[in-house]
Amino acid sequence: MKQIKEKHSLAMRWTHWVNFPILTIMIWSGMLIYWANDEYSITLFGHTFFKFFPEWFYKKFGLVHHLSEGMAFHFLFMWFFFLNGILYVAYTLFSGEWRELVPQKKSFKEAWLVLLHDLHIRKMTPPQNKYNAAQRIAYTTIIVMGIGSVITGLAIYKPVQFYYLTWICGGYHFARILHFALTIGYVLFFVIHIIQVILAGWKNFSSVINGFEVMDTKPKPIIEKAHDEEKD
Amino acid sequence: MTKKKIKKPLTIDQKITRRNFISFGVFGAAAVGCVFGWKWLYNSPIEAKGITGGAHKPLRRALNKTEIAFRRFFYSENHLVKTYPKSMAAKIVRYNSDIGIEDKKPFNIATWKLQVKKQNGDVLNVTLQDLKALPKTEIVFDFKCVEGWDQISYWGGVKFTDFIEHYNLHDQTQLQYVGMETPDKTYYVGIDMPSAIHPQTILAYEVNAKPLSLDHGAPLRLIIPVKYGIKNLKRIGIISFSNTRPPDYWAELGYDYYSGL
Repeated sequence: MKQIKEKHSLAMRWTHWVNFPILTIMIWSGMLIYWANDEYSITLFGHTFFKFFPEWFYKKFGLVHHLSEGMAFHFLFMWFFFLNGILYVAYTLFSGEWRELVPQKKSFKEAWLVLLHDLHIRKMTPPQNKYNAAQRIAYTTIIVMGIGSVITGLAIYKPVQFYYLTWICGGYHFARILHFALTIGYVLFFVIHIIQVILAGWKNFSSVINGFEVMDTKPKPIIEKAHDEEKD
Repeated sequence: MTKKKIKKPLTIDQKITRRNFISFGVFGAAAVGCVFGWKWLYNSPIEAKGITGGAHKPLRRALNKTEIAFRRFFYSENHLVKTYPKSMAAKIVRYNSDIGIEDKKPFNIATWKLQVKKQNGDVLNVTLQDLKALPKTEIVFDFKCVEGWDQISYWGGVKFTDFIEHYNLHDQTQLQYVGMETPDKTYYVGIDMPSAIHPQTILAYEVNAKPLSLDHGAPLRLIIPVKYGIKNLKRIGIISFSNTRPPDYWAELGYDYYSGL
C-alpha cells in the first residue's frame, strides 16, 4: 500500500527555493565588491597558502572592474534575502516546526553517529525522523549564518548609523572578515548539501518540491488500523 | 462544485500524480521565470547620463529607494562617527586618486579663493586666511573607501556648521543639497544637507597637523566622515546650494548617489 507522508511545509519549500537564486546573486555581486579590495588570504608564518582569489579566478568569472555594478545588485537583492529569511524564521517559529529543526541536547552526540554512518565507518543507521541530528545542526547553523550575514552586512554597509552592530561584530575590519567568511561557509555548505542530497536520492529531493514522500507500506492483513492518519 | 454530486475520492496514486503535477509544474515555471527575470534585469538598459548614470535603470531606482529608506528610518545626526586618539592616526595618509587635481594642471594656491554661490546668485569669496581665523576643529576617524579599504587619519579645519554660522548661510541650509567642485570643475560631488551639516563634517586644511599637500587636496578639502571617500572632495573651488541633486562624479559612473555610511 502506498501512503502519502507529509514532509515539508509549503512555506519551507518556497523560502528554500527562493533563497537559492537570491543567495547566488548575493555571492556573485559580493565577489564583484570584494575584488576592489581583495586583501584576504590564508597565511601562516609568512607563507601564503591561498589568496582570495587568484587572478585566473576573477578573470574566469568576469569579476574584474565591476564594483559599482556589484554594489547596485547587492543592495537590491539584500532586501529579498532579508525578507525571505524573515518569512522562513517567522513561519518556523510560529508553526512550531522549529521543534523538528533546532538541535536537541542529544543531537550533538547523535551527529557523530550520523557522520560515522555517512562515512561508512558505522553500519547502524542513526535515528532519522524528519531531520537527523546532523541535519538539525547543519540547517540551524545555516539560518544562524544567514542572520550573521545580515548583521555583519549592515555593520559594514552603514557603520555609522549601525555603529552598535559594528561594535558587536568586533569593528569594521572584523565585520568585513566575518561577512566574507560566512560567504565561504555558504559555498562549503552548498557542496556538502549537494553531495548529501544526491546520496539521499530522488525521493528525498522531490519532497522539497512536492512536500511529501511516498511510503510503501506492506499490507498487514491481520492488524489493520481502520484509518491510519498520515501523521507520524 | 455543487453540480458534481458524485465524485469518487481520488485514489492515492491519483493524489500523488496530481500533487506532483502541480508542484513540479509550479517549480519548473518558477525556474523558467527566474531565468527570464534574471536575463531581463541583467540586460536591462543603462540609464542615460544625467545627474546619475552608468547603472541599470531598475538598479538605480532601487538604489534611490534604498537611500530614502535608510535616510528616513536610520539616519541621525546624533550618530557620531567613531573617533580615535591621534597616536592611532596613519603617519602616511593613503592617496588614491587625483581626479580634478592632476599634477599637470596649473594651479596656484596663492591665488586660490573659495567661491560660495548662494541660490540667489550672490557669490562669496573666502580666502584660506579667512577660514583659518575661524574656530578650528580636528577629527581622527576611520576614513572609508568605497573599494573596501579604510585608514585612521587625522584632519583639521573648519567645521561646516561653523562655516555656515560665520557666513550666515542658514537660509542656504534650508535647501536639500550642497554641491562642491574642484576649481577646474572636473571632480564634483553632491551632498544631502543632513550629511553636510552633520557635526563631524569639516572643511579641512590640515592633515596630521600640517597643511594639506597637493595630493591630499590643498588648500582645502572636504572631510565628511558619514560618507565614503568618493564624496570627500579634494581642492574645493566652489560650494553651491540647491534643492535638486547637484552633479556627482561617481554617481554618473554607476555609484550610489547617497554613498552614506
